[in-house]
Amino acid sequence: MSLLQVENLRTVFDTRQGAVVAVDGVDLSLAAGRTLAVVGESGCGKSALALSLMRLLAHPGRVAGGRVLLEDEDLLALSPAKMRARRGSRVAMVFQEPMTSLNPVHTVGAQIMEAMRAHDRSLSKSDLRDAAISALARVRIPSPERRFDDHPHRLSGGMRQRVMIAMALACQPRLLIADEPTTALDVTVQAQILDLLRDIQAETGMGLLLITHDLGVVAETADEVAVMYAGRVVERASATDLFADPQHPYTIGLLGSIPRMDLETPRLPTIEGSVPPPFAWPPGCRFAPRCAFADAACEVAPPPLAMLAPGHEVACIYAPVDA
Amino acid sequence: MLRHAAERIALALPVLLGVVLVGFLLMQVVPTDPAIVRAGPNATIDIVEAIRRDLGLDQPLHVQFGLYMWRLVQGDLGVSIINNVPVSQELGATIGPTLELMFAALIWSIPLGIGMGTLSAYLRGSWLDRLIMAISVGGVSVPVFFVGLLLIWFVGFQWQWLPFTGRQGPLWTLQGLRGVALPAITLGGVFIGPVARMTRTAVLEVLSADHVRTARAKGLTETAVVLHHALRNALIPVVTLIGLQIGFLLGGAVVTETVFSWPGVGRLAVGAITSSDFPMAQGTIIVLSGGFIIVNLIVDLLYGVLDPRVRGA
Ligand SMILES: Nc1ncnc2c1ncn2[C@@H]1O[C@H](COP(=O)(O)OP(=O)(O)OP(=O)(O)O)[C@@H](O)[C@H]1O
Ligand SMILES: [Mg+2]
Repeated sequence: MSLLQVENLRTVFDTRQGAVVAVDGVDLSLAAGRTLAVVGESGCGKSALALSLMRLLAHPGRVAGGRVLLEDEDLLALSPAKMRARRGSRVAMVFQEPMTSLNPVHTVGAQIMEAMRAHDRSLSKSDLRDAAISALARVRIPSPERRFDDHPHRLSGGMRQRVMIAMALACQPRLLIADEPTTALDVTVQAQILDLLRDIQAETGMGLLLITHDLGVVAETADEVAVMYAGRVVERASATDLFADPQHPYTIGLLGSIPRMDLETPRLPTIEGSVPPPFAWPPGCRFAPRCAFADAACEVAPPPLAMLAPGHEVACIYAPVDA
Repeated sequence: MLRHAAERIALALPVLLGVVLVGFLLMQVVPTDPAIVRAGPNATIDIVEAIRRDLGLDQPLHVQFGLYMWRLVQGDLGVSIINNVPVSQELGATIGPTLELMFAALIWSIPLGIGMGTLSAYLRGSWLDRLIMAISVGGVSVPVFFVGLLLIWFVGFQWQWLPFTGRQGPLWTLQGLRGVALPAITLGGVFIGPVARMTRTAVLEVLSADHVRTARAKGLTETAVVLHHALRNALIPVVTLIGLQIGFLLGGAVVTETVFSWPGVGRLAVGAITSSDFPMAQGTIIVLSGGFIIVNLIVDLLYGVLDPRVRGA
């Protein structure tokens, strides 16, 4: 049974120019204790997807259709009060910007205690304090008793992201959504944070939905991968299969753009062009304008995901390609 | 923190000096002659000249100003040219009632304004939001004296609910409370609108911040998000803006005191200016602008209390 099952999710932004479709019929599934990475270039709808799962989209965004099953409960069908009760306790989220995601006027400890109290009113002040300090210790923050009384501006970006993780994990959620949790951090800190997430996952058996545009991060942490392009999933596979045998031309292009340290002069082959904004999507395959293999047949309709092998799906009419 | 306060005070001194100078020059521009005022309608030219010499008004302007400043730094504000009472004595007697009125006006209007603004932001787009904002805008556009006169006419005169002339006693007595009610409603009333609108804007601004999204992601109720995160952070700009509005409030106090015959500095100032009592007018100007500077200092210190980033620096 899967922990998270997303079916045909659609998210739109109602702008003055009309509805902008940011997520267009996305299917995902994630088992407990596993890591699903959602990869794609900037603007492909990763954050819109994550916020849709949390039902935290800000106006003018809204979920226009689909189902989000968390342990068989459709989050999209819950009343606002029930959904509030799920946030933090069943599904938690870590955001991309550690510098602005904590409230500058409250101490780190107060913000963690608040997360716990929101779901358990019976905890005493000293219970809360102890629990918050051990939450800080769990994300390997040195001298957590002292950090407890610090305000966020006294901490580095990496430390703040640890605090964010401690806060997200304070109520032992079954699913953690991490939206580019390491993008704003430097490389060493990035590796530490990913290690931390992996260890905590091994300890608690939670599912991790990791959003990133960094294939290096995917290779290091993911069990499953969903590649997103212009609001749609274009390829789904286990991480091993995806790296060994990428099928969608976009995935192939992305893999080609990982910097190779072993080459004398590191070349960065990139995919020409950029992700078109939702209002400029072509009628057919959205990647067609940038695709080396595209022809007239690609411009008819967006190809659906088709199963190539068990656990490997691709949305391309020319897949499988022969190596 | 203490050094910061000392710096602010040091910065305020030149401002105060400027105020004294401008007040002094304004008095020179007024076409009335203090010596004639002092001498009374039946005095002879000789008597007027004698008084002029006595007051030092025959000296050149810069000497007069120097002399005034010299006495001022020694704490001597001079005496009234109308009734010979020392200016400092009159000011001492009127500062208390003015502070009392200010306190009574702000103690309810600031919390109410902040509450209304927060409610408005919480219910943004609703009819209640629109109603609150309409009242606020309306409140800003109505002149203070008009509100005062309406209250006097209906509540005080027609219905005889509350007294409307002068101070009735200390604030902690029922009599005193009844006496301050109408002036405090008048002065506080005009303050609610600006406070409510500033609060609404500030709360809405914070509501779109990243850390508010984090607060929601933790599963906090919307009320907790608005009060504990949005409002708490919005207080930083709101306090600053309230501080900036204090000049407006002092102006309102002058009008309110005059309308309600409240024995405060504002009414003293109006009386002194209309009777050409120059030393007295100058004294009230110093006190009122000094009050303005002190309030801004308090706001500055509050800023440090509200914002840990400033505190640490
Ligand atoms: N408030 C908004 N109004 C209109 N369109 C929006 C809004 N927010 C996002 N979008 C659209 O939704 C699309 C997806 O945005 P999203 O932030 O999910 O991208 P992303 O994949 O997370 O990118 P990044 O890697 O830069 O974070 C964008 O193309 C953008 O045009
Ligand atoms: Mg994003």
